[in-house]
Amino acid sequence: MASCSIEDVLAKAERDEAEKLKSITVLKELDLEFDPGLLLAFDKNRLDTRDFKGNKREDCLRSLARDNTQLLINEIWKLPTERVDEVIVAKLPEPTTKLPREKPAPKPKPPTKWEQFAKLKGIQKKKKTNLVWDEVHKEWKRRWGYKRAKDDTKEWLIEVPATADPNEDQFAKRNKAKKERVARNEYNRLKNIARAQKVKVPGTGLLPTSQQTKAELAQAVSLAKISTASVGKFQEKLPKEKPARNTGKKRKFQPLIGDFSSEKQKQLDLLKVMDSKKPRLDITKAVNKQMREEDSESARNNKKGFGKKGRKGGMPGKGKGKGKPGGKGKAPKGKGRKPQMKQGKR
Amino acid sequence: MRPLTDEETKTMFEKLSKYIGENIKLLIDRPDGTYCFRLHNDRVYYMSEKILKLATNVSRDKLVSVGTCFGKFTKTQKFRLHITALDFLAPYAKFKVWVKPGSEQSFLYGNHIMKSGLGRITENTDKYQGVLVYSMADVPLGFGVAARTTQECRKVDPMAIVVFHQADIGEYIRSEDTLT
Repeated sequence: MASCSIEDVLAKAERDEAEKLKSITVLKELDLEFDPGLLLAFDKNRLDTRDFKGNKREDCLRSLARDNTQLLINEIWKLPTERVDEVIVAKLPEPTTKLPREKPAPKPKPPTKWEQFAKLKGIQKKKKTNLVWDEVHKEWKRRWGYKRAKDDTKEWLIEVPATADPNEDQFAKRNKAKKERVARNEYNRLKNIARAQKVKVPGTGLLPTSQQTKAELAQAVSLAKISTASVGKFQEKLPKEKPARNTGKKRKFQPLIGDFSSEKQKQLDLLKVMDSKKPRLDITKAVNKQMREEDSESARNNKKGFGKKGRKGGMPGKGKGKGKPGGKGKAPKGKGRKPQMKQGKR
Repeated sequence: MRPLTDEETKTMFEKLSKYIGENIKLLIDRPDGTYCFRLHNDRVYYMSEKILKLATNVSRDKLVSVGTCFGKFTKTQKFRLHITALDFLAPYAKFKVWVKPGSEQSFLYGNHIMKSGLGRITENTDKYQGVLVYSMADVPLGFGVAARTTQECRKVDPMAIVVFHQADIGEYIRSEDTLT
């Protein structure tokens, strides 16, 4: 009994020992594929589905991971190693597996204005040689930049063109033209960047041009006018000068629910102004009044002769109770009325 | 919806003053509350402050009408009165024309008023003066423009036009779908 138990204990201890220190050799039906550059191993063996689905799943996975890691480490030990600061380091080869990139592929740069134009026109870049032969110095020189061939900045004499002003400084003119070209190029570069980033292009303003058009001149005038410390508030105006067009003034409306009392006051003031604009003496009204008086005068005269009354078509209105007889009934009679009518028709 | 600009206010007041003269003041300055004019879809609406505040809850494209429509601005920025304004203008009318019962119908069909249909007319009416048209029973029927002065009315023949038609309450039926 006792001996049996001792043997058992020894066997168990042996088994435990073997469990703890597993062999570095792992047997697999199919060999693993390795990519030591990425410390990667592919296991193509079938999984034991019965183990995997059962309650021993965790153990199964752990042992699988242990075996495969062991194989990967075996593979790493096959690589050349060296000793760096008491540590053994393996030199990994280049990875063979292609991994997808971490970030999305960069978008192509948006074309500049010139590139758009060149594409439209089918203009293609021509490769030019870097060096050109300089006749003057009898040597090969760069085509552009410092110490270039045919350097027009180094000329000691410039011929005055026949059409140019003889007193003009041709050197200064050339310098100025160059500076403007540089400025313009820089401006275009910034505009290209702004366009590429879909930012609003900053206020274009005015660019130097050889010949300003009428519209450009008008723009220059309006820009110059508001370019004062007071934003053009006290700028004098020419007689009959028209206000600049497209100055960007927007329509502004009062708020929908604002100050009702001030709105009312404004309308009442407007009414007052409209009232005061009316002429004091309304000529047509005055003439009509005169005509009416004459009418009633003659009617009264006629009444003496004819006592007949025709009330139909009478116009009492604001009748003043003058005892005026019906106008319509009398109309055909009065010969004396004709001149009045003419007066009325004036 | 927005308040009228100064220009628009002036145009509208000039048109209204043809009918009610300086009585516009009574429309603006009312003792019974704050009333205002607002523009919406080119139409001028007259409403109280209370109604206006309620109307702000309705989105612009869904709002068909609010308060009383006084008229509309044409594309050339002229103001045209609508018949809906009649109730507000009738009490303040300065010049009136009464139509005989026989030609009431003709006027309500949109025709001008002939001399034969003229019942009464306010004394002193000028030519081209804006007038309000009433039936003989003093029911307001619409607006018009005097084609003749009161004096001339006496002399013209019965078929002559005395008042030009502008708007009448028949429009409530005739142009039911456009009135707001």
